[in-house]
Amino acid sequence: MIAARGLERRFGSKRILRGLDLDVGDRDFLVVTGPNGSGKSTLLGLCAGLLAPTGGTIDVAADRGEIGYLAHEPLVYRELTALENLDLYGRLYRVPERRERIGMLLERFLLWEARHERVSAFSRGMVQRLALCRALLHEPRLLLLDEPFTGLDPAGATLLDAELEALRGARTIVVSTHEPDRLRELATARLDLARAA
Amino acid sequence: MTYFGDVAALARKDLLLELRSRDTLPAMLLFVVSTLVVFHFALPADSSDVAAGGLLWVAIVFTALLGLTRAFAAEREQRLLDGLVLAPCDRSAIWLAKGASVMAFLLLAEAVALPAFALFFAPVDVTLVAAVLLADIGIAAVGTLLAAMAAASRARELLLPLLFLPLAIPVIVGGVGATVADEPARYLGFLALYDLLFAILSWASFEYVVTE
Amino acid sequence: MSLRNNRGVALASTAALLLLAGISLAFFWVPDDVDQGFSQRIFYIHVPVALTAYACFGWGAWKALRLLWTGEVRYDLESYTAVHMGVIFGILTLVTGSIWARISWGVWWSWGERQLVLFLVLFLFYSAYFMLRYSTEPGPRRERMSAVYALFGVVLIPVSFLAIRLAEGFIHPTVFTRDGPQMAGSMFFVFCVCFAGTLALAGALYANELLGKRVDASLRELEEARA
Repeated sequence: MIAARGLERRFGSKRILRGLDLDVGDRDFLVVTGPNGSGKSTLLGLCAGLLAPTGGTIDVAADRGEIGYLAHEPLVYRELTALENLDLYGRLYRVPERRERIGMLLERFLLWEARHERVSAFSRGMVQRLALCRALLHEPRLLLLDEPFTGLDPAGATLLDAELEALRGARTIVVSTHEPDRLRELATARLDLARAA
Repeated sequence: MTYFGDVAALARKDLLLELRSRDTLPAMLLFVVSTLVVFHFALPADSSDVAAGGLLWVAIVFTALLGLTRAFAAEREQRLLDGLVLAPCDRSAIWLAKGASVMAFLLLAEAVALPAFALFFAPVDVTLVAAVLLADIGIAAVGTLLAAMAAASRARELLLPLLFLPLAIPVIVGGVGATVADEPARYLGFLALYDLLFAILSWASFEYVVTE
Repeated sequence: MSLRNNRGVALASTAALLLLAGISLAFFWVPDDVDQGFSQRIFYIHVPVALTAYACFGWGAWKALRLLWTGEVRYDLESYTAVHMGVIFGILTLVTGSIWARISWGVWWSWGERQLVLFLVLFLFYSAYFMLRYSTEPGPRRERMSAVYALFGVVLIPVSFLAIRLAEGFIHPTVFTRDGPQMAGSMFFVFCVCFAGTLALAGALYANELLGKRVDASLRELEEARA
């Protein structure tokens, strides 16, 4: 699903990733760890296609419509309601049976009651849950989650655990996290960027 | 025709955002009227209506600049452009939608500016309105692309006027020419040419400006 | 990557020869212009410099197009250097044009001089190019934006020229006019020599700066690898 050779990305004169080789098979569950600044977000950005490598190559066997990406930023419009946000992304991602799918996700992540509220009124945990909905909306074959547990309240974290458990084996999943133990059971592969540097 | 479906969804989003936050459009309206008032004080007594006509175009271009600086504000602050760029839709749809909403704001601002101009300075005729419409297309097309460029840089609000003004000079020439010259048709034709060339160029190159 | 700038040295020598020959011919050999007299001779520098500036901007746009087409990083540096050369020659155009205006009419600037006005607009445009580059983080994003902007520039050149001509329809009519020199055979020859010289000079400066930048980049990479 993902193949990287000598992958390198620099920002200005600073090299964040250097000479990374990586293979992620279809339906693998890769957990990426490493201290801040080691390039976890950069790697996910490269996999998503948001960033281009400045050295080496990366091949991802999924097009844009098949990739679900959860970034550091929630990527939702603060002045729109939850429903409007998901509706917009639903249209752009050509989600079939859009309304039903949105309703289902909102309910699953306990946001149904708040669906007509603007995101600016949401708590941090709610925003993160909405961001997850956005990433999962189009049932992506490749899921890239950048520290998805950050900002989640305990209820949300449990929901995410359940979701990842359900998706494991059915999708290719790459998660970067500070808490590798949480995902120990699910992971089929591990990458520690601190050591890869 | 999912392309235009995408454009419609994105444009609706932009208009909805403006409706909710209500910061850009009122500012543009106030700005253009204030500028016209300033021009009254800036024009010496024996200036002709022709000079005022020229200044109207300055007002339009700078009001447009104000609107353009805000165009990608939401996307810039929350890195939302990433979210749009990741979607499977054509990136030029983002440009078209944003350009359409910029155009809408411009038209609304001019709906106030032109009557104000007629009130303060000189009457407005059909040629002037036609020139304004044509100019808006060019301004929105080029301005939207440049706003996306500026949004990606550190200097942002500072950079956009520098990028925009040299490209706005032909628009001003076309607009002022259509307003004051004897043969406005030539100038309207020139504006149309500018629109065609730069709209196509902007449409084709927007993808390269927002992706890596 | 060799550090010997062979092409640059060859170009520089050619440029030196051609320019020396051209300027000497321009000042000592070619006959006076019928209408303008001795002062017309600056034409032999001014116009070649202007044409060379256009050539540099065109070259920069070509490299920009190649960058967008292939994505190869080296085109970014080449495009940037070409634009840089274009701006240098553009400034020279403005300066020589201004001198010519001073000599011909006693003023340092004339809005009636279309070439001059065009170069002023282009100077503003390409200065913004540098502002764009300096205020963006280096990387693929900056390369692409610079390339797109360079393409816009090349489309702007004819559009601006047209605009400037049209603007004469309503801007205060120009008092100063100058007939284009009626180019006798000898004049054309000298012009060509000077033009070839300025092109060679641009090429030499381009090769030199490109090499310098590439060396800088390699040095930075080595330092980084060491760290």
